[in-house]
Amino acid sequence: MRHFVIVAILVLVMSTLTYLGLDSSGLLPVQASEQAVPVDWLFNLQFITISFLFSLIIVPLVYSLVVFRRRPGETGDGKHFEGNTALEITWTAIPLFIVMGFAYLGAYSLGETRRVDPQAMVVNVTAQQFAWTFEYPDTGVVSSVLYLPEGKQALLKMTSRDVIHSFWVPEFRIKQDILPGRTTEYRITPTRVGDYKLRCAELCGTSHAYMLADVKVVSRADFDAWMAARAEEARAAADTPEGRGKTLVTQNGCLGCHSLDGTRGTGPTWFGLYGSQVSLSDGTTVTADEAFIAESILQPQAKFVAGYETIQMPVYQFTDEQIADIIAFIKTVK
Amino acid sequence: MKNMKPVWRGLVLLALGGALGYFLGLGLDALVSGSANFTAPLAGFFSLVVSVTGFFFGLVGYRGVTRGLVFQIIGTLAGGFFVTGLRALMGLKTFGPFFFTEPAWVVGGLVGTLSFLAGVGALTDWFKWALGESTPEHHTDEPGWQKYFNVSLDHKVIGVQYTITSIAVLGFGGIFALIFRTELAASQLQFLTTTFQAFDQNGLQFYNTLMSLHGMLMIVSILLGIAGVMNYLIPMLIGAQDMAFPRLNAFSFWIAVPAAVLLLSALFLGGFDTGWTGYPPLSTRSPLGVQMFFLGVFIAGWSSILGALNLIATVARMRARGMTAFRLPIFAWAAIATSIISLTATQLIGLSFQLVMFQRLLGMGFFDPAKGGNPVLFQHLFWFYSHPAVYVFVLPGLGVISELLPVFVRKPLFGYRWVAMSSLGIALVGFLVWAHHMFTSGMNEYLRVPFMYSTLLVAVPTGVKFFSWVATLWQGKISTPTPMLFVLGGIVVFLMGGLSGPPNATVSTDLHLHDTYFIVGHFHDTMFGGYIFPFFAAIYYWFPKATGRRMSEKLGKLHFWLMTPSFLVLTFAMMRVGLLGMRRRIADYDPALGFDLSHLIMTVAAYLIFTSVVIFLYNFFHSMKHGEQAEGNLWNSRSPEWQVPSPMPVHNYDHAFQVVGEPYDYGLEGSKYVEFIKHK
Repeated sequence: MRHFVIVAILVLVMSTLTYLGLDSSGLLPVQASEQAVPVDWLFNLQFITISFLFSLIIVPLVYSLVVFRRRPGETGDGKHFEGNTALEITWTAIPLFIVMGFAYLGAYSLGETRRVDPQAMVVNVTAQQFAWTFEYPDTGVVSSVLYLPEGKQALLKMTSRDVIHSFWVPEFRIKQDILPGRTTEYRITPTRVGDYKLRCAELCGTSHAYMLADVKVVSRADFDAWMAARAEEARAAADTPEGRGKTLVTQNGCLGCHSLDGTRGTGPTWFGLYGSQVSLSDGTTVTADEAFIAESILQPQAKFVAGYETIQMPVYQFTDEQIADIIAFIKTVK
Repeated sequence: MKNMKPVWRGLVLLALGGALGYFLGLGLDALVSGSANFTAPLAGFFSLVVSVTGFFFGLVGYRGVTRGLVFQIIGTLAGGFFVTGLRALMGLKTFGPFFFTEPAWVVGGLVGTLSFLAGVGALTDWFKWALGESTPEHHTDEPGWQKYFNVSLDHKVIGVQYTITSIAVLGFGGIFALIFRTELAASQLQFLTTTFQAFDQNGLQFYNTLMSLHGMLMIVSILLGIAGVMNYLIPMLIGAQDMAFPRLNAFSFWIAVPAAVLLLSALFLGGFDTGWTGYPPLSTRSPLGVQMFFLGVFIAGWSSILGALNLIATVARMRARGMTAFRLPIFAWAAIATSIISLTATQLIGLSFQLVMFQRLLGMGFFDPAKGGNPVLFQHLFWFYSHPAVYVFVLPGLGVISELLPVFVRKPLFGYRWVAMSSLGIALVGFLVWAHHMFTSGMNEYLRVPFMYSTLLVAVPTGVKFFSWVATLWQGKISTPTPMLFVLGGIVVFLMGGLSGPPNATVSTDLHLHDTYFIVGHFHDTMFGGYIFPFFAAIYYWFPKATGRRMSEKLGKLHFWLMTPSFLVLTFAMMRVGLLGMRRRIADYDPALGFDLSHLIMTVAAYLIFTSVVIFLYNFFHSMKHGEQAEGNLWNSRSPEWQVPSPMPVHNYDHAFQVVGEPYDYGLEGSKYVEFIKHK
């Protein structure tokens, strides 16, 4: 009996200490969305339960190892008892109730994260190896940075051009895979102005680690101003070939692999590309003229730039005018 | 060369074979491509297979495994050239950057596997039967260690073969992990950079290949390891002379060897970047390596299925007199539970991988949305095995814990029937939980809720095990030699794995945790607690039974005290960075996240674990010859195998035994578990 009392007290002390330790060690990123609230609430409940169950096993285990250890010179066996059905039923039934409770709460908090705001702002998200594109259908604005207004639910309609990707901003908590050939939905209500990073969470190939995008949560006024400026920019861009080309390469995620400033990406940089001498994998050199660039876009497997033999660029369908626009834009990158 | 020790001769031939294979591959490649490519995949591939063959040639000469490997090389080339010839006749492309084209490699790999089995001799008896020749009921193995490199029908030899192969594969998997763990020690890329080149892969691709192979090699290693322990122990524990189907048993082991070679060959044939899960569409776009990976897993699956079938038949039919269901050793219950899963679920991973292979080879659109396929279907098929598989990995280990605890506590296992039933309970509930790996996958979102309920149910039988273990320890007389330390370490580490499970099971928290390092920490805890620790416990405990000598206690304790704290630090750090936003399967992480120190600690911990395993390996191989003699009932166990001398006689028990009492009645005056039947 004495043993039981000591162990019970130690379990309580240990549970409290473990929970305080977990709670004070900052285990989760900043909470930045409405949907993160029920998730974090359940996390907290999990941490409490984990602290208790951890102590419930570890304390009697360590206690037994100390108190019931075989002392030097001691022979003989332990106390003979084979089991206790009432005890077994107890430690089957109580955990059963606890886990079913957790399942209920899990379903409840899942429901909370799925609350629908009919006024939600739609953003079309396109993922591809290894870039993100965001389109705001209300204004037609296309961006490689995800701008979201604070306090307003955004409905992200997401699809992939190639393999499976996954949308994850750790501060928003929830995560949703993005599949080719269909659209998945993701609802988020940002609650905290700031800069975040969107990181692809489903292994999507060689440069998976670098499939990132900036997420900027801004006040509604700032959002409207940004949107107006971008819409104006887009209207102006539509008047010139290089402007249309820029819109096309942003929309199609080209810049995820091809940098504009000379840094080495998954594909060759476009910086100073036009008119330059390009070394190919077969040892020859070509001049990057309009014909070569057009061929590289429409038949990416026809010629490989040296050092990029193993890269499979997606195949795109563009009209001749679109190709001309893109080349006009590439000419400006120098 | 003749006077050298076989091991040194093997190592010399390993090096020579590596060089010979390299130039052979280089030459063949140059013959076809017209120019010498010094990093040609074919050169790497031949370097691997010829060096391994050379090693075994030096060790045991041209027989058994050596002949199997030679046959595998010839078979692979024959199959490859056959398909290449057909393609030439059809006017298709005949040679590619990997020498053969993809269909030629796949057929070559398959023919190579069958050739290996014919060469090693695993099919000989069946061939003879087909020709109407008779074979002896028992083959007598040659004495000495050479028998381990030949086909043997003795379950003890096969058990040791499995165990040694498992340790070898574990070594590869561990070294791969150390390579990429070193890259992760700091943010940014240090040596696996985009300009790094190995086997036609740049640093990022090589990272993905190593990471993916680490996963699958460890899984294969675990499957071989549990098969080794179960094969060695089960007939012995239940009083049988051998397994029910000895030839099938040998076949199950030997088919795993070419499968391991195929898996490793993926490293040289372009690698693959899909992780061990191989999700399409990514896996349909990966380099050739992914096909060798799929084929290797497909073939290894046969080993699992047939081994499980054999084990169930053995326990069902070959128990000693009086060994009723609830007088079975508790480990046998765990082995049955695990075999039920292997027997009935392994087909699904084989099938899912086969469908992707066909999609790549024949253009079938199973998982291609453009052809009406569905990539999520693959995930269902894949996880229908791959989730229950984790119970395949841990149930035997938990069985070892339950089996050894009473011996070192000197008390009966608390609630034997409940512990036995909890294994079956975990196995059965385990079939209903697979979609919890897919909470973010885009499957029907309402389906997530029932899978959350079923998943959390697994906690109940698992809890029964923990409570029963603690109650077994209560008021015992506990001694802690090395095997008991690993048993206790297993309990503590598995507890960490168990407690980090429910946050992954409740959907809303999993939406944050899915595909992060939290998961990586969680499953490494379950795999180490449920398999690695009990596996080491079993080796330290039964080593004297197999060899007549015991392993060094001093080195064993050093192994334990080096590995356990390092491992706990490693997984705590993994879980912490995972919660804070570290994704899985990335070669590089953002320095802005501030994870550098955590990763450095993880890398140091990984090296310490590696060091401890090296100490174990030294202890293991050194003690075979030089360990302290231990021929009797070293641990004072009630179990039948310890009532006869060590090493175990060839056909186990010279006198049959019958069961006359409970298996774990330690502390009950005058009670006995088994009684040998004396012939009058």
